[in-house]
Amino acid sequence: MKGNDVTNNDNGTATGNGNGNGVKRSSNPLSGSMDRMRDWWAGAPQWQRWGVYVALIVGALILPAPWIGAFMSPDNDWTTVLFFPIGVYMLMAIGLNVVVGMAGLLDLGFVAFYAIGAYSLAYFGTEYGWNFWATLVIGVAITAVSGVILGAPTLRLRGDYLAIVTLGFGEIVRITANNTDEIGGARGITNVPHPPDMFGQKFLFDPAPYYYLMVATIVLAIIFSRRLEISRVGRSWAAIREDEDAAELMGVPTFKFKLLAFAVGAIIGGLAGTVWAGQANFVAPNSFPFILSATILVAVVLGGSGNLPGVMVGAFLIAWLPERFREVQDYRILFFGAVLVLLMALRPEGLLPSRRRRAELAEGTGGMGSMGAEVAGPTSDPDMEVSK
Amino acid sequence: MLDDLSSQFLPSTVGGLAAGAIYALIALGYTMVYGVLRLINFAHSEIFMIGAFASLFVLITMGISAPLTGIALVGMLLLMMIVSMAAAGGAAVVLEQVAYKPLRKKGASRLAALISAIGASLFLQELFALIVIPEVFDTPGRNTVPVPRIADRDVLFSIGNANIRTDHVIVIVAALAMMIVLDQVVNRSRMGRGIRATAQDPEAAVLMGVNIDNVVRLTFLLGGAMAGVAGMLYAFEYENLIFNVGFILGVKAFTAAVLGGIGNIRGALVGGFALGLIENWGAIFLGSEWKDVTAFVVLVIVLMFRPTGILGESLQRARA
Repeated sequence: MKGNDVTNNDNGTATGNGNGNGVKRSSNPLSGSMDRMRDWWAGAPQWQRWGVYVALIVGALILPAPWIGAFMSPDNDWTTVLFFPIGVYMLMAIGLNVVVGMAGLLDLGFVAFYAIGAYSLAYFGTEYGWNFWATLVIGVAITAVSGVILGAPTLRLRGDYLAIVTLGFGEIVRITANNTDEIGGARGITNVPHPPDMFGQKFLFDPAPYYYLMVATIVLAIIFSRRLEISRVGRSWAAIREDEDAAELMGVPTFKFKLLAFAVGAIIGGLAGTVWAGQANFVAPNSFPFILSATILVAVVLGGSGNLPGVMVGAFLIAWLPERFREVQDYRILFFGAVLVLLMALRPEGLLPSRRRRAELAEGTGGMGSMGAEVAGPTSDPDMEVSK
Repeated sequence: MLDDLSSQFLPSTVGGLAAGAIYALIALGYTMVYGVLRLINFAHSEIFMIGAFASLFVLITMGISAPLTGIALVGMLLLMMIVSMAAAGGAAVVLEQVAYKPLRKKGASRLAALISAIGASLFLQELFALIVIPEVFDTPGRNTVPVPRIADRDVLFSIGNANIRTDHVIVIVAALAMMIVLDQVVNRSRMGRGIRATAQDPEAAVLMGVNIDNVVRLTFLLGGAMAGVAGMLYAFEYENLIFNVGFILGVKAFTAAVLGGIGNIRGALVGGFALGLIENWGAIFLGSEWKDVTAFVVLVIVLMFRPTGILGESLQRARA
């Protein structure tokens, strides 16, 4: 039963113009309208697509306008909120989506890469006085290497072991930063350099230039991860996610590609850290708790892991709702926890899933195989039992 | 350095054994659930936390403020243990019903189950931080809650320069006793046979008339009860609790389970003591602020070189 729906739809996901052959239409109204939108998008000519891209970018540029902010964030400066947490969470979610959504590897220590990116800017900027852009390149290189260093010994592990080891890695990075006096110990590093002036914009206390920098970074990250997704690399990731053994047998060098997924995710996470540190001016170990990794994971899963617009919507909601509704801010994590449990029980594919991901999850695999003592209940697919 | 080693070796061994006994008890829950469901019960650390707070609740309701002795002490310890086991075991069964059973029935992926577990873990932590600790224990939710001392820490005897105190003996003896009981239940009783059968081959077990739902419930109940005992011993030994006390302990106990061979009940015992000793001995050289890092590094090294752990996997067949 494996793969009859899923493999038929292969070119659908790969090129974005399939119309979902053989994938059951969801009865859910949200998914139904999403399907119609996707069909339109698949058939839309080039100029219409560019029209949408331009509209989205223009929308992002006028987003900090005060009249929008008056509704979206009455308590805090809207542009600041747009930069952090909204922009940072979105960028991190795009990075984590490469690891969790595309390659199907559960990473619970994603905050480590964010921390490494932030600390590289802080360290090289304050110790050696390097310029923001130079440190950005170095920081990205360091996070990519750290992704490989974490991945090399651990990616041979099965999915759930990997989750715990990455969680451990996140904690190791935080505790090490806390215990190492060369990088400020528990007090952290202050006076992190801001980016230099650009296009006549000064990067100081006004959040607007940082917001535009963040938009540019997010656009780059989207293009980067989307191009990867529809390339041979992305197809290999999908194959690994669906069935690692089968992928290996078909000649996909799974270890290499999993390592690459970690490195790419790390790069985007590190980028988020560097850009954030450039604005925050201050980094300390306390800014990188496990709960941040979990929050970004919630964003990815809630939005629909594997689907870029989905994870961005997820990240936006996760970042914006607690800011908008201050009274619930304390209950934020309680709420996230309940959302995760409910989502997994009711709609494991998230709010805006990719069709392929939905098909995989309906099939009952989607990553790591099923639980041990799984007994087909009345609701499960009858051919589950045949294939076991 | 060598002076440090010789003067601190025996005391840290004692500390390591006491910590290891608690790790081992928590590890049992991870290992049993993993054996039966092939699932890392990420929320198990919160079951432990519930057990620890249940003990504190007993102490507060009974109005204990001064250390007890003799029969009163033994009775109080037993009462704490029973209440903690009931609270944690019950919580574990509810957790299974809410967070895992719907997924099992749908045949969902293990990834989904793990994410659900993380959600349940965050939910329980925050529930304590926001509601239970402020309401019941009258402390700001994210502060540490002190546990009154119930037994004087008399030195019973010394080995070399290591003083063995009453509390060390109580922790280690209680943990060992509980582990022997659990081992006997799983290996001797009819219910235990059901657990082992399910771990070996769930489908064959169903065909042979094992009620899987009951087995899973029993597994969570037993694992939760062990975590409850661990929580009670932790509260007794370390005398400080906080809403996220389970997080680091949970990861360490999971490390212990993997170190001993996940799915293997005796392995959890070996792994727990081994991890307790390794991190306490490591602290002599590196300083105690690196203790938590040691545990994670051990986990990575074990998974790299011997993923089946010291004793291998026995509750289940070897994985293909």
